[in-house]
Amino acid sequence: MRPILHRSPIPGLGLSAGITITMLSLVVLLPIGALLLKGASVGFGTLWTEINTARIWTSLWLSFRLSFYAAVFNLVFGVTLAWVLARYSFPGRRIIDAAVDLPFALPTAVAGIALTALYAPNGAFGALAKEMGFKIAYTPLGIFIALVFVGLPFVTRTVQPVIDEIDREVEEASATLGANRLHTLRHVILPMLAPAALTGFALSLARAVGEYGSVIFIAGNLPMKTEIAPLLIVIKLEEFNYAGATAIGIAMLVISFLMLLLINAVQVWSRRRIGYV
Amino acid sequence: MSDTPNIRFRPVTTEPALVQGLVISGVIAVLAVLLFAPLIAVFYEALSKGWFAAVASLADKESLAAIRLTLTVALVSVPLNAVFGVAAAWLITKYDFRGKAFLITLIDLPFSVSPVVAGLCIVLTFGANTVVGGWLVDAGYPIVFALPGIILASMFVTFPFVARELIPVMIEQGRAEEEAALTLGASGWRVFFTVTLPNIRWALLYGVLLCNARAMGEFGAVAVVSGKIRGQTATMPITIEMLYNEYLSVAAFTLAGVLALLAFVTLGLKTFLEIRHADALAATRRH
Repeated sequence: MRPILHRSPIPGLGLSAGITITMLSLVVLLPIGALLLKGASVGFGTLWTEINTARIWTSLWLSFRLSFYAAVFNLVFGVTLAWVLARYSFPGRRIIDAAVDLPFALPTAVAGIALTALYAPNGAFGALAKEMGFKIAYTPLGIFIALVFVGLPFVTRTVQPVIDEIDREVEEASATLGANRLHTLRHVILPMLAPAALTGFALSLARAVGEYGSVIFIAGNLPMKTEIAPLLIVIKLEEFNYAGATAIGIAMLVISFLMLLLINAVQVWSRRRIGYV
Repeated sequence: MSDTPNIRFRPVTTEPALVQGLVISGVIAVLAVLLFAPLIAVFYEALSKGWFAAVASLADKESLAAIRLTLTVALVSVPLNAVFGVAAAWLITKYDFRGKAFLITLIDLPFSVSPVVAGLCIVLTFGANTVVGGWLVDAGYPIVFALPGIILASMFVTFPFVARELIPVMIEQGRAEEEAALTLGASGWRVFFTVTLPNIRWALLYGVLLCNARAMGEFGAVAVVSGKIRGQTATMPITIEMLYNEYLSVAAFTLAGVLALLAFVTLGLKTFLEIRHADALAATRRH
């Protein structure tokens, strides 16, 4: 059996382990433990009756479905964008490259009110849509746009370094063997990008499912129609229904946990296939 | 040169120029609608009644209190998370022990927990109706609906940022330099400050930058724990929400514009660091 700790000449083990474990416990583990403890003290039966309402199932389904659509959009667009940034040169490339990270740096509430201002019926794009006979803000389509916004950088940022590392000779070999460019892209390049792209997809999905700030402004928050799951937690808390909030919170925690497993599985799978992500 | 036929060959490793042009325009069009338009909208709405109205709305007592609170929260939570990030990265990269992968998973946990769930967890830990929270409220130190809760919520959502940036860089740099310094008789702190820190300073700054941007802009987790008391526990993003819901559009978008400028500064510094110190920042561009 491997020893628990290999002896190391580098000092600071006690201090760094102490700080890490104390802060991790206090900031992350204790609060999450409190949620699970609350769930256990409320009891599974009560949690289930709290969760098992049409309104909550509808909101969980809405959150998950739209997050999935947004992550799929970001997967396709993110890979394309990463390719453009890594391989093409055009004026403004640097600016675009920097701007991709904007959704990470821009506070979600700012993104939320800005998107609403644009896509509401009296906004620039909203008015356009109104003329064409449909609404964007205050419909699931508006939620989709907000979720695309917050998840935009993930796929690009995971795929771009992989493209940078691709050996051009592989593409040349493919061409000398008679493949046209499209064939090379589909059968040589894409398989190399797939693991990183899937990691980005999973990260983007996880972020979208839990997203709150950018969505609640544009969603309109109509029960059974445009109400996302995190909003229901806030509503339950405002009603002092801690059991209800705990039930949805645990459900979402389980979903995030499953996604974390998915991300790890993708990484293990890809490491086995190509050696890195 | 007159012998060569006047044909320009395209390298086999690129796409035809026409395809490139179409893809580039398509990508820029999508980004224009999704990224740049909202950004322009923030400043357009903020300045819709002129510069004076925008500046006047910032000078409001509640807006000033919100700015002060947000700065306080960042000033406490970012250094604490930086200390944690350095300690965690040191522990993970300088020693070999069992359960390291599990520890990394735990540190990454806040990335995949919804901010609202994070806020809920803090309310259930330190709320006035819990054992610990009730005792603290009685002692005169309320956590939830007060500053400590907001700091805790901000720390939760930004917890992995610094460690995430440092770990790949420190793995790449290995332990040889530290070990060499130790054999030459340097103390542990001396090794850290004169050997490790200069190697990781840019990655550290980068992590702190991202951590700060997120801490100042956090909405979901803070919304749950803050109680939204005007002038007391309303941070900038919370105040933006309250102003927006009261149809005080200019004030809401002006405050949003201030946070957007902060995002510009963050991205600008980040790009600068990437160009100047690309070698010191490992290729970890996950967030």
